Amino acid sequence: MSATSYAECSARQRLALLLDAGSFEEWLPPAMRVMSPHLAQLSVPCAFDDGIAIGRARLGGHEIFVAAQEGEFMGGGVGEVHGAKLTGLLMRALRDKPAAVLLLAESGGVRLHEANAGLIAVSEVMRAVLDVRAAGIPVVSLIGGSNGCFGGMGIVARCTDRIVMSETGRLSMSGPEVIEASHGVEEFDSKDRALVWRTTGGKHRFAAGDCDELVDDDVQAFRNAAIAAISRADASRPVVLDALEFEHAMLSDRLETAALAA
Amino acid sequence: MDWQTLARALFGEAHRIRQDGDLLSGEAVIEETGEPLGIVGTTNHAPIGVALALAQARIVLDTIAKYPGRSILLLVDTQGQQLRRQDELLGINRAMAHLGCCIDLARRRGHRVIGLVYDQALSGGFITSGLIADACYAVPEAEIRVMRIPAMARVTKLPEGLLTELSKSNPVFAPGVGNYVAMGGVRSLWQGDLRACLIDALESAPTTDERARDGFARGGRRLAHRVIDEVLAA
Repeated sequence: MSATSYAECSARQRLALLLDAGSFEEWLPPAMRVMSPHLAQLSVPCAFDDGIAIGRARLGGHEIFVAAQEGEFMGGGVGEVHGAKLTGLLMRALRDKPAAVLLLAESGGVRLHEANAGLIAVSEVMRAVLDVRAAGIPVVSLIGGSNGCFGGMGIVARCTDRIVMSETGRLSMSGPEVIEASHGVEEFDSKDRALVWRTTGGKHRFAAGDCDELVDDDVQAFRNAAIAAISRADASRPVVLDALEFEHAMLSDRLETAALAA
Repeated sequence: MDWQTLARALFGEAHRIRQDGDLLSGEAVIEETGEPLGIVGTTNHAPIGVALALAQARIVLDTIAKYPGRSILLLVDTQGQQLRRQDELLGINRAMAHLGCCIDLARRRGHRVIGLVYDQALSGGFITSGLIADACYAVPEAEIRVMRIPAMARVTKLPEGLLTELSKSNPVFAPGVGNYVAMGGVRSLWQGDLRACLIDALESAPTTDERARDGFARGGRRLAHRVIDEVLAA
């Protein structure tokens, strides 16, 4: 069977192909039209699902909860409703205790059209992710969409237990265009694609240890990696003091090495 | 408000808060209650890059290890995340997530964590400090935003006039602490006797996330709470 590009799939195609066939049961589906209350007055088109699909499903036979962000709608930006669907899913996970929560992340971060509400929403998602992890339920992020995973969602992804990326995927904070606009083309040439991927792409992130698995841009490869991530004995990695001290030492070394090289 | 004025208003002379570059750290005692507090924060509208995120995380980790249960006050003054390629290369999102996780762990281990925006708060620098505290407060003259309206107009390709007009009636568009209170992101504004406000916050700040409920009750963010409830009931 030939590979299906994860990057080229929509959020819903990813859900259909990645999860056990026919197992996805969506909550607040498009038919319910739970939409952004803010976009209409800006004459910006709404999406019936506000750019995110959430629900329960099976993955390799495990009962899981899942969310998939649609990069084609406002770059996967988190608005009030989009964020609340994600927070609601995580709070429900805390109550219903699925085997894992899977986050198919594709987002530029806060949706600027509802900036303040989006910022608070991302913060609520972050706290909810950490609540779910504290309960011992693993949260796994998959990053392989063409919009990458940036801004607040780049932080959220790093708050999850594990990250699976493809080389196509990008994970970071500010997009190259924003940095170029702020500090000039000498700081970051956003049109230099090789430089962009060397800075934030999956291969660099994997080499640095910022993601746990690097897979081909293939939905089946993401599926296999997701099953492996939720099946392993140490799928849940609790945020405890020793783990944070370890993380701190690693990040400090990295910073020091970079300073010495400069 | 500068941090020295704030520190005097909160603690009189009973504080040892030091400034090192853009970093604030130290401890203070509330005279009335005798309660010692750990202080972590930034000043000079600091851009938060990898180094400053780690420096703050270090203080939080040390507080957890050396002073179990001690309350922590986060003093927020930031222009947002550092916009440099080197920080992106080094994984600025990971360093910020680390800071957020450190603060979150402190909360889970019984430290009260209070955020206070005493000057300026923006997006990336805010989300892993004040916004992940038990509760976040602000002084009335503080400014909180994701982006200025002209920049927002440029990025969203919407007319600036339209955004300015809408910002008067809809708190999601406009900068301003009042809007963040209406949306539940800021629990309340500290006015008058700031020390009394701090004492009250340490006593009454919730340990669970009440922001969606507050945003609904205050009418600034009506849908988030309902959507969360609908997902729980679906």
